[in-house]
Amino acid sequence: METKILAYVDGRLKDNERLDFEKHLAGCAACKLRATEFRAVSSLLDELPQIEPSEAFDLRVHALVAAEPARRSWWSWLAVSPRAAFAAAMLLLAMAWISTRPEPGVVVAEQDLPVVENADYDVISNFAPLSDLSQASDDDDEGDTGSGAGAMVTQ
Amino acid sequence: MARSDVQLMLDVKAGDETSFALLLQRYRSPLANFLYRMVRNREQAEDLAQEVFLRVYRAREEYVPSAKFTTWLFRIATNLALNSVRDNRYQRLEVSLDAPVVADAEEGDEKTLDVPEKHPNIEQHLVEEARAQMIRHAIDKLPEKQRAAVLLHKYQELDYAEISKILQCSESALKSLLFRAYETLRVELAPLVARQAK
Repeated sequence: METKILAYVDGRLKDNERLDFEKHLAGCAACKLRATEFRAVSSLLDELPQIEPSEAFDLRVHALVAAEPARRSWWSWLAVSPRAAFAAAMLLLAMAWISTRPEPGVVVAEQDLPVVENADYDVISNFAPLSDLSQASDDDDEGDTGSGAGAMVTQ
Repeated sequence: MARSDVQLMLDVKAGDETSFALLLQRYRSPLANFLYRMVRNREQAEDLAQEVFLRVYRAREEYVPSAKFTTWLFRIATNLALNSVRDNRYQRLEVSLDAPVVADAEEGDEKTLDVPEKHPNIEQHLVEEARAQMIRHAIDKLPEKQRAAVLLHKYQELDYAEISKILQCSESALKSLLFRAYETLRVELAPLVARQAK
């Protein structure tokens, strides 16, 4: 019941609640006294003067707001800047290409060996630098030219 | 017809800066008064009020009118005030409300107490000054949450449902909080209350 005293003093009770409370007050001196005192407190609080913000207040708020950076969502940022969109697309393509590219060591082992196997022997044997190499090899010691060519190609 | 707070805020969200100026005009004084009575320092109260408006502006894009605008506004203000009071950041700069009311009046902010022609008798003026000081003291002595509840209830005239949302408590807890606050004020202001109640 006591928490209703303030609502009664402030006129915040519904009509039926107010009538019930007034019936209670008629028979309860303590609540009646408290209601009178709370009304006095409320009246005293009314005496406090209001302050007005300083003249510079609005200007400062507007300055703070003006200093705020314009905020954009991620997608609107891309839409406004085609260059950024293009750069992002290129970056994505580059990443996709890098991720699908095989490792360098594997390339040599898997792709170059079939080339050697299928190579036209005439082309290799008539290739001038290899012929020179073969002769030089023969001059120094009696090595195998074919294995030398194979080594060069696979390197 | 004046646009509602929610409509103004939705217009701010849509990019209308003049609607923000209207909201500022509408709530600058209530906010400054609420914060002044919470933190007891005018300069700090203005800083906090500016921060409230800035936060409202920053949140404009995410604003959804799910509650009353004042609930949202005073919730921001109350949180800032409670944090500030607890942090005690402005302790050194604080101008106590114990300071003579005349000092405030000289700055032009409490003119109702600085009206010499209304008080030809200096003695009467001093009595009223002491009375106002006593009321301020009593409010200052309230625990922060009780103080916020009294200020929102008494000066902003918000309803219980709204205040309970602002203070993040149930309505019954709020009523109990207000009752305890008024009990403290009744005791603190006993001499004035006795005279007033006659």
